[in-house]
Amino acid sequence: MIALLLRDLRLAVRAGGGFGLGLAFFLIVVVLVPFGVGPETELLSRIAPGILWVASLLAALLSLDRIFALDYEDGSLALLATSPLPLEGVALMKALAHWITTGLPLTIAAPALGFLLSLAPEAYVFLLLSLLIGTPALSMIGTFGAALTVGLRRGGLLLSLLVLPLYVPTLIFGAEAVRRGADALDPTGALLLLGGITAGTFALLPFATAAVLRINLR
Amino acid sequence: MLTVSNLTCARGGVPVLSGVSFEVASGDALILRGPNGIGKTTLLRTLAGLQPALVGTVDYPEDAGAYASHADGIKAALTVTENLQFWADVYEGSGSGRTLRETALEAFDLLDLHNRMGGTLSAGQKRRLGLARLAVTARKVLFLDEPTVSLDRPSVKLFADWLHDHLSNGGIAVIATHIDLGLDAPELDLTPFKAALDQGGSDEAFL
Repeated sequence: MIALLLRDLRLAVRAGGGFGLGLAFFLIVVVLVPFGVGPETELLSRIAPGILWVASLLAALLSLDRIFALDYEDGSLALLATSPLPLEGVALMKALAHWITTGLPLTIAAPALGFLLSLAPEAYVFLLLSLLIGTPALSMIGTFGAALTVGLRRGGLLLSLLVLPLYVPTLIFGAEAVRRGADALDPTGALLLLGGITAGTFALLPFATAAVLRINLR
Repeated sequence: MLTVSNLTCARGGVPVLSGVSFEVASGDALILRGPNGIGKTTLLRTLAGLQPALVGTVDYPEDAGAYASHADGIKAALTVTENLQFWADVYEGSGSGRTLRETALEAFDLLDLHNRMGGTLSAGQKRRLGLARLAVTARKVLFLDEPTVSLDRPSVKLFADWLHDHLSNGGIAVIATHIDLGLDAPELDLTPFKAALDQGGSDEAFL
């Protein structure tokens, strides 16, 4: 299974792999917001948690349809399904590879962009924490969505429609944790719920993803 | 030992073959014949476990089967060696992957190409890499779907030699092919097993 993870990471950083695409999108969206909203520091710092979380959500969405589509097209998904790797493990590794190439860079870049939006200084640690806890759930849910739409032509749009509503709880608690951090309130509750969602998705969705893949490969 | 009894397999919920039964002993091959669309690929996918059989059973030792489809599953952004090493790792975990990989490269005359990117290979070279993948899986029971497509005559010979070795080591192969591989293997014509077309209507609601 580690071999699959390493292969996916290697493919992501090589030419045409799309590594950094989500990150660049995240940067641009966040940089554009002050232009649209106007240079009012107070307003910006109030909406910063929401903007950062919505932008990272959209950035994670950007590369979802590649998770299974490329392997499906060149036949390696069918070969993986007949290999000794359990499909549940394949799903888990795919989600992990997606997180390492998308969620992790977003998490690391977010504080710098928080500065652009004049995020309250107390909130930075919670921004990092909430993204670190929350973005793995985005990758796992997205992997499930990608499995549902694998083999569909133009499945990308359908994938967004399927996945975005499922992202809502992560968004609510992620942004709430940052907001509470900025207002010097206790964000533990929001962070715990965020962690709960992530743990739940990782416990259940690999099995759902594998089941869906089996049906789609028939 | 591969035993197939009274198998009915379906494509898109419609049965295409029914009542297929055969046995292949260790060291033997079976060649599937029949016109396009008769269900050779569907039968092989069912045998490999990619889709469930509607009726009947397929029996071979667990974790012994390997499947090769029309598509080779080669990544354009990985080199020949990396492509092969990945499958060696998937099938073996760790250990003798390196030697296995090198014998596979040699058997399919890929040593000169081992540093080339998968995307720059010709169709025939890709196919040879796809077949070399079978060699690194070290599986006994092979399900091969048109393995010689886009291979030239010397490459077909390489493949036939490798298959011969595989069989003489106790392997099993079920092959859908239109050309003569020079194997002394029985042939199974699938035409008599063609399923009647009106049979699957009631199943569709459940699929």
